[in-house]
Amino acid sequence: MITIRDLHKRFGDLEVLKGIDTTVGKGEVVCLIGASGSGKSTLLRCVNGLETYEGGEITFAGEKVDARSPAIRALRTRVTMVFQRFNLFPHRTALENVTEGPIHVKREPVAAARDHGMALLERMGLAAKAGAYPDQLSGGQQQRVAIARALAMRPEAILFDEPTSALDPELVGEVLGAMRSLADDGMTMLVVTHEMGFAREVADRVLFMHDGRILEEGTPEAVLGNPRESRTRDFLSRIL
Amino acid sequence: MEKFFTDAQVYLPILLQGALTTVGLAVAALVIATLFGLVLALMRYSGNPILSFLSRSFINIVRGIPVLVQLFYIYFVLPEFGIDLTAFQAGAIGLGIAYSCYMAENFRAGLEAVDKGQLEAAQSIGMGWGQMMRRVILPQAVRTVLPPYGNTMIMLLKDTSQASVITVAEMTFQGKILAASTFQNMTVYTLVAGLYLCLSVPLLLLAWWLEKRFGKK
Repeated sequence: MITIRDLHKRFGDLEVLKGIDTTVGKGEVVCLIGASGSGKSTLLRCVNGLETYEGGEITFAGEKVDARSPAIRALRTRVTMVFQRFNLFPHRTALENVTEGPIHVKREPVAAARDHGMALLERMGLAAKAGAYPDQLSGGQQQRVAIARALAMRPEAILFDEPTSALDPELVGEVLGAMRSLADDGMTMLVVTHEMGFAREVADRVLFMHDGRILEEGTPEAVLGNPRESRTRDFLSRIL
Repeated sequence: MEKFFTDAQVYLPILLQGALTTVGLAVAALVIATLFGLVLALMRYSGNPILSFLSRSFINIVRGIPVLVQLFYIYFVLPEFGIDLTAFQAGAIGLGIAYSCYMAENFRAGLEAVDKGQLEAAQSIGMGWGQMMRRVILPQAVRTVLPPYGNTMIMLLKDTSQASVITVAEMTFQGKILAASTFQNMTVYTLVAGLYLCLSVPLLLLAWWLEKRFGKK
């Protein structure tokens, strides 16, 4: 579904992605791990066209992802994103955050979009908070609203950019639980994370990135349990 | 003191007529300054290097020329190019353009204060630039913009007095004529000052109310 071929990306003189090749299949959950600065988030942002890239190609369901093309807007409604710092719209309620895209981008009928939005909040365990503004919610609740917002577009895939890194430790579980339930439903997910437990239990595949390259790739058991590369071992021993 | 009040009764209607023009001029200039200032700020914020350069150049040129000279230019020089404006029109346009630059800077500060994550969140659900501005960025920028906006509004109201030099019959102009013809400088200018204060106070209250009203969400 997502195909990345020889992807190169630089910020000025700094080359942050040095030839990435990988694919994410339909219904697959792929976790990207690696030290900060290894290019994980940049890679994720390229997939959504939030960053441009200089070399190689990303395609989504056969369509080229090009941040400069007008087609990127339609593509973004099919691949949505959940951010590290939630980025909820602070001037809108939880439900309005969720229905913003369906009503104003996809032009769905308001009543249907609201019903769907309520169902998603319900699924996230937040039906009672539909009328609350983001600053009245805890971090974990905000991130669950953000997941509902991403789901409301009825996307074919969701990108998660360190979705639990900004949360207090006791709130991490509720967000991971919500993500796990999406994975169980067969959602295609590309997840940048430091949660090795989540990667181990939920991911179909784990990619270890180092210095702009994918150094190791395989099942969670292989990459996390029995890494081939010394750099992967170093990273895992530091994080676990 | 008694004389002051009897004189005031005579002068006040004339000055109030001027005050009406002052308010009209201020409102017209404010509308121009707000709309044009918003355009300038959005050009700058768009990330397009050409639009940004044009906006920056325009702002710097206009800010570098005294309002008075701009008014002279519009009223006395433009007719030579076939653009004939009434004194009121010239005043409204001149003040509007001069203040659009201050407004643009206010708006820019407000736009830039909105977290970049908001842009990305809006983009990530497929919003286009215009929609993103209208539904996500501007409503949040309003919060930061209102206090300096209110301040600039009051400055603009007072600066309408500069239009008296191109014969707009606003309050200062009327005051000048009254004072020159009656020699009652103290009475006339005290009244003029008092009337400006009367006009500014509601604006101060409005700015304060707006801040309370929109400052929350």
